[in-house]
Parts: sequence; structure tokens; C-alpha cells
Amino acid sequence: VGALYGDVILDRYKHPRYLGELDVPDAVHEDVNPLCGDRIRVEVRLDPRAEIGAVRYRGDACAISLASADLLAEMVEGRSVREALRVDRDTLLRALRAEIRPSRLRCVTLPLDVLRAALAGTPART
Amino acid sequence: VNLGERVRGDFPILQRTVGGRRLVYLDSGATAQKPRAVLDALRDFYERSNANVHRSIHTLGEEATEMYEAARDRVRGFLGARHREEIVFTKGTTEAINLVAHTWARRALVEGDEILLTEMEHHSNLVPWYLLAREKKLRLRYIPVTDEGLLDLTAVDRLLGRRTRLVALAHVSNVLGTVNPVAELVERAQAAGARVLIDGAQAAPHLPVDLAGLGADFYALSGHKLGAPTGIGVLYGRREILEPLEPAFGGSEIIKEVWLDRVTWNDLPWRFEPGTPPIAQAIGLGAAIDYLEDLGWDAIQSHEAALTRLALARLDEVEDLTLYGPRDPALRVGVVAFNLAGIHPHDLAAALDTEGIAVRAGHHCAQPLARRLGVAGTARASFSVYTTPQDIEALAAGLRRAHDALGLRPSVH
Repeated sequence: VGALYGDVILDRYKHPRYLGELDVPDAVHEDVNPLCGDRIRVEVRLDPRAEIGAVRYRGDACAISLASADLLAEMVEGRSVREALRVDRDTLLRALRAEIRPSRLRCVTLPLDVLRAALAGTPART
Repeated sequence: VNLGERVRGDFPILQRTVGGRRLVYLDSGATAQKPRAVLDALRDFYERSNANVHRSIHTLGEEATEMYEAARDRVRGFLGARHREEIVFTKGTTEAINLVAHTWARRALVEGDEILLTEMEHHSNLVPWYLLAREKKLRLRYIPVTDEGLLDLTAVDRLLGRRTRLVALAHVSNVLGTVNPVAELVERAQAAGARVLIDGAQAAPHLPVDLAGLGADFYALSGHKLGAPTGIGVLYGRREILEPLEPAFGGSEIIKEVWLDRVTWNDLPWRFEPGTPPIAQAIGLGAAIDYLEDLGWDAIQSHEAALTRLALARLDEVEDLTLYGPRDPALRVGVVAFNLAGIHPHDLAAALDTEGIAVRAGHHCAQPLARRLGVAGTARASFSVYTTPQDIEALAAGLRRAHDALGLRPSVH
């Protein structure tokens, strides 16, 4: 099954680093992938200087979505909101190091969309 | 030798490999593979007789018309309908159901009327009624599904009332494989003064349909699930109900005469077939029906019943696997939904695909049913005449390997 998704996805799926929830998040968003009904929730804690202090996610979703969420959380934690918003689909695809079929691209981008929506609601957005 | 092994050679696509592995196609409920007889019928038509139907006064046009209308007669016989006027060709089940919503139902139902559906409907037999209900202020009600995956018939008396004008339900559930007691429900609904529409998309490939005996008012099905090409389906409507209806869509073919200020409608069934119809696809449907009838329903049903029993037994042996739907094989057809604890159905389907095994995964366009089952989705294996016991064994072995590889992982709820 190593050929299935590649080592990075399987590792993040089985040993997630950022799976969970925050006690008092400053920003929260949850959304579904309309194609499959998968759901991801992202919670963010912001530091006073508009830095992302912590990110946690959870959801009912496939391995690709969960691995993508885990990598995304790692990429943006400790960064400014502005920097976090620069992470895009290609950044994630490179980090996932697997061939993602077109039918599964939405699995990669769901956590990204959810994070962006969460950050859009924060005063630190600009 | 079982039927699956005997007929596999009739389906050219089953010779191909996927990632170097033998193709194990267990997604016939989504669409069935096509026997060579259907592919030959399409090729013959396009190479010898291709022309538009009904208005071409030349040899090819005559041939095409004759072949297209002969396909209608084949469908009539296959479904046990009394009259050829009752067989309307559509794009598929979805269009057939929408056609009833746009013609009979829009005209017959008024504010406050009720449509009785079930919790196990495919979105195709739910959303058209939702749209009409919103437009005409109708009320949608639902027959519940039991934990075993059967319709809760004890609720029918309470739900079937004076305002119920239509009962619309699946003959066979596309997720659970449950065969619903449609004959009983037709009788009860009609006794209460309601019309009945049956979504036969998942039934027609698995069991003989006798519409004259069943007495349903409408019956819808898709050709491609029977081994015909995509783009062809059937709406059966009782002649007395269709006769006074106006067409849903304007165009050629549906009219008798057109003036600048008025139009008269064509006879049944052409009144509901605007524009150039799917001619080759209808001919392909006729060939698919011939193929199934040559195999015979007795042979098909006993083959699929054996596969279903084997699948239920083998899957039950897989650790952490949950089966959905009735455990009694007599209550279902060869459609089996399941989940492996902690593994997302899409990951399961992707893992099986690496072994050349094709199953479907997700909500199967029946989200209310998934919610009723308390799951986001399921994986589903569905069988056809060409499915073999080895296919089932391959599935069970593939599931074991997927269980080992993807196993249980941490979760937060």
C-alpha cells in the first residue's frame, strides 16, 4: 500500500502532529467537500502580533485531506497571517510528495480553503 | 462452471488490466460493462443504417426508424407493459423522474398536497420532488428505514393520508441492495387514491419487472446499468395517465402541427421525446435486453443470489468490517455496502484500486440514508452477470490488506 499514497501521506495519516482542538481558539472554520461530504474543521490561536500561535484540525475525511491538513498546520504555525495566506495548492502538492489524481485534488485543497476562511474572519487579516 | 465465468468472455473490457492486475469490476451498480453484442449493435447501426428517425424518406431513414421503434417493443416486452405508447425513451432514470414531475405532477398536485418518499431514496428521486414541493407548496414525507435497512411498513398507515397524491420510491436501494415490497405499496397507495412512481434503476438489472402485474403508474430506469450505452433510459407511464398530458419540453417530434399561433401535440410516446432521440443508444438497449433475456432470469438471479451469499459470508469474516442492509440474502440483490472501522471509504476504494479492484465509495447520492446509518459514507461492491466468486474472494483479500495497511489511527471527536 506504500504505492497507494506515498510515505508522507501515510505517515501524516497514521501519526498526525496537529490533529486535535484548541481550548480557546481565536478563529474557527469548518466546511465540507461537496463531492464526497468530507468535513474538516480548523482552529487557530493568534498571538498579539498577528502571528499564528497554534493550529489544530479535525474532521471526518480521507487520508489525503488529513495529511494535507497536518502539513498545512505545520507550515503556518509560527508564521504571520500574511505568510500563511501565501501557502497555496502547489505548496501542499510538493509537500505531499505523491501523485494526486485530478479526482482527489479537492481533498488536498479542502483544508487550505478552511484555513483561509478561518483567517478571513480575524482582525489581523490586513 | 458458474454464469460469471461462462459469460466473462462476452465483455471485452474485462480482459484489460489495471496497474498490471486483473480488473475486478465490482461497480456495476454505478454502470454495467457492455457485452460485445451491444457494442456490435452500435457499430452495425453506425456503419450500415445511421440516419435520423421518423422523417427521413430514404432507405437508411426507414431502417433507423424501424430499429429505433423495434427497441421500444423490446423494452415493452422486457418490462411487461401492455402498450408500446407507454414506453418513453429518456436520457436515463433522472430525466424520467423529472419528466413526471414536470408533466403529470405539476398539473395534478396543488398546494398542501403530499408526496410520500422514503429515507433510502437516491437524490434523483428526491431532489425533483423537493423542487416541485418548493414551487407548489407541497409537503414531502418519508417512510423511515429500519436499522436492518428495510422500509418501516408500520409507519405507512400514518404517513399515507388523504392529501397523499404520489408515492415515489426505489424498487431496490442503490446502497443497501434492499428489494422493497413495491407490489404491496402500490396496492396500499392506490387504495388511498395516490399514484405510484417506482425508481427501477437498481432493480431492472437484477430482477424481472412485470409492470402489468405490478400496476405501478410510473416506472423509471437507466439503460446503462443493464449493459446498454449511456444516454438512454425509459419512462413507463400508464397510457390513461400520459394521454391527457402536455409535453414538458418544446421542439420537433413532440408536435403534430405547428402554426404561428398554436400547436397540436403528437401522439404517445413521441410527445415526450423532443428533438433527435438517442437512436443508437436505444438500439443498444434493445441488444442489451436481448442479451440478458438469452441468459434468462432464472440463471441470472440464482447466480447473483449465490454471489450475494458468498459476499456477505466473506466480508463478515473481515476484522472490523461493518455490513449494511438486510442480512437475509432473500431480501436483497447483489449490492453490498460496508465500512472498515477507522478507514475512510475513499481510502478503502483507493487501496483496492491498487489491486485492480473497482468499488464505489462515498454517499452514493443518498445522503439522507447515510445520515440514517450514522456514517459519512460507505464503500459498495455491486455485482452483475459477469461477476465471479473469484472477484468476491479478491475483494475480501484486498480488504484484509487494506485493514493491515491503513489500520486504526488516532482520532478526535
